[in-house]
Amino acid sequence: MRPQSAGNSPEISGSERSRLATAGARAVTLAQLSSQPRGDRFKGGIFLALLLFAVAIALLGLVAIIVQAAVKGAPAFGMDLITNGPSTLNPEQSGFRPALLGTLYLILGVILLVVPLGVSAAVYLEEYADRTRWWNRMIELNVQNLAGVPSIIYGILGLAFIVRGPLDLGFILAAGSMTLALLVLPTVILAAREAIRAVPPSIREGSLALGATKWQTIRRQVLPAAIPGVVTGVILAISRAIGETAPLLLVGAASFVTFAPTFFGDNGYTALPVMIFNYAARPQDEFRVLAAAGVIMMLIVLLAMNSFAIWLRNRYEQQW
Amino acid sequence: MEARDTIGAFGRGGADRPPPSLEASSPRYGEKLIKGFLASCAILSVITTTAIVISLLLPTADFFGEVGFTDFLFGTEWAPTFTPAAFGVLPILVGTISTSLWGMLFAVPMGLGSAIWLSEYASPKARKVVKPVLEVLAGIPTVAIGIFGLVFLSPVIEGVFPFMVNVPPFSAGVAGLAIGLMLVPIIASISDDAMRAVPGGLREAAYGLGSTKMKVATRVVFPAAISGIIASLVLAGSRAVGETMVVLLVAGASPNLTFDPGSSVLTMTAFIAQTATGDISTGSITYDTIFAVGALLFVLTLIMNIFAIRLVRKYREVYE
Repeated sequence: MRPQSAGNSPEISGSERSRLATAGARAVTLAQLSSQPRGDRFKGGIFLALLLFAVAIALLGLVAIIVQAAVKGAPAFGMDLITNGPSTLNPEQSGFRPALLGTLYLILGVILLVVPLGVSAAVYLEEYADRTRWWNRMIELNVQNLAGVPSIIYGILGLAFIVRGPLDLGFILAAGSMTLALLVLPTVILAAREAIRAVPPSIREGSLALGATKWQTIRRQVLPAAIPGVVTGVILAISRAIGETAPLLLVGAASFVTFAPTFFGDNGYTALPVMIFNYAARPQDEFRVLAAAGVIMMLIVLLAMNSFAIWLRNRYEQQW
Repeated sequence: MEARDTIGAFGRGGADRPPPSLEASSPRYGEKLIKGFLASCAILSVITTTAIVISLLLPTADFFGEVGFTDFLFGTEWAPTFTPAAFGVLPILVGTISTSLWGMLFAVPMGLGSAIWLSEYASPKARKVVKPVLEVLAGIPTVAIGIFGLVFLSPVIEGVFPFMVNVPPFSAGVAGLAIGLMLVPIIASISDDAMRAVPGGLREAAYGLGSTKMKVATRVVFPAAISGIIASLVLAGSRAVGETMVVLLVAGASPNLTFDPGSSVLTMTAFIAQTATGDISTGSITYDTIFAVGALLFVLTLIMNIFAIRLVRKYREVYE
């Protein structure tokens, strides 16, 4: 069974493959000639045990994060958490109301910005861009790079370009939304591209052959078929935006806001992770309990969204 | 009159009439408009990068107008808000490297172990459960992991290894461990993809020569997937360097020039987040310092990301 070789250099990849194969075969043969089978079985057992240990530690870490937050935050669970604002005087009755509303507004703004921009960019890159042109390759490489830029750098961008500088919006919620949207835009573009690429070319060719224009083909055939993948990507991007804290610290998400925020009001806003961070950084234990309860609240929302995304992907995954 | 002209026109065409055009019969300005709009959305990503570079460069230039380049890069004292101020970036650069190294020290064996298990040992059923669960770990907001480190890991480790936490609850080593927990799924997921892309023929050839499962995994599949594996490690490293919330909560805030895991350190990201949260006036030297440190962070992660993207491309070319 010969693996298919793509790309423009089959000879190189072929020789690379045979080099690897011979190297592997030589190592294995040498090892085989010089060792006792009993020792091999023993070593294999140890190796598998080590691998299982690694997986177990990773899974255990996940469980520990959730259980620890649940145990620590348990005393604070209750309706106060959702209906009350923060209060330094009586932390027992403090809650996350302004933060929850702030996150809700922020995310609404992110969705409004990121869905049209991300999907449009993905459609351009997949359907229109001629990959032999350097500027299209540059856009592609650029999107990949942006996906790896640390989130705090986006905070700096938001501070210098959106809050101050050219846009000069001030420390308002809309500026936070825009910063988060720029942060998750590459994720949405990459996911939407994957989804669009998965639509087979025969669908497009059939539509074009029937006389549809390129845009009609995209709008009536390609995009509807790609919707489940796009939605999954958007949900995953949104769940990342919900948990992002660092960039919001830079674009003015304040800590103690006791009233409901508005998009363009300049009297401060906050978000769920920022408030959790603020509570956690206080030395009093009551606030740490609140922070843990906030973490559980956030994790429940995120897990629900991620499970929905996975379900959606499995439910609507099309086999062409 | 009109009819004769038409006939005349046709007649004049005669034998050397140009072949019928296969272009669209109308100019389709709408289609072009749509393409232009989609392209401008894609170009937004390039604008974002440009904006990041400009917003970092301008204040950084101001910064180097007041502070010498070598004083910044090789100075061993970091006290930008003191009088007299000192702008040697080495302590916070070493702080970043230290927490990242401790994180990688934990994450590399755990992540690679999980990846080898997932791709070579796990049954399809186990894989289908474990991989999404690991991806959930990757989706946990870093502020939650930071709280886990601060409230749980730090006291527990202080109890077992007192030398790991000199200034409770802050410690570079514990911050590294918490970061490592976050890196495991990144390494596991990308390395697993790389190892599964190794063609089955290589494995079968090694088995045919009588090698054990462990030998196939470590001497054939692992070396054949090495570029993808290194890419996953570099990406994880770039994530560790850019991580903010965990170090802000767990690593403390003292700019110590040390690799000691028990010491409290200040990282570049933590400095940015901490300093930018306060109300600072545009144009002051403190404001410019944020951008100078941000520029250094951006350059570091950019180099790592480009390196990783190249490696991923390479292994895709060989086997797909």
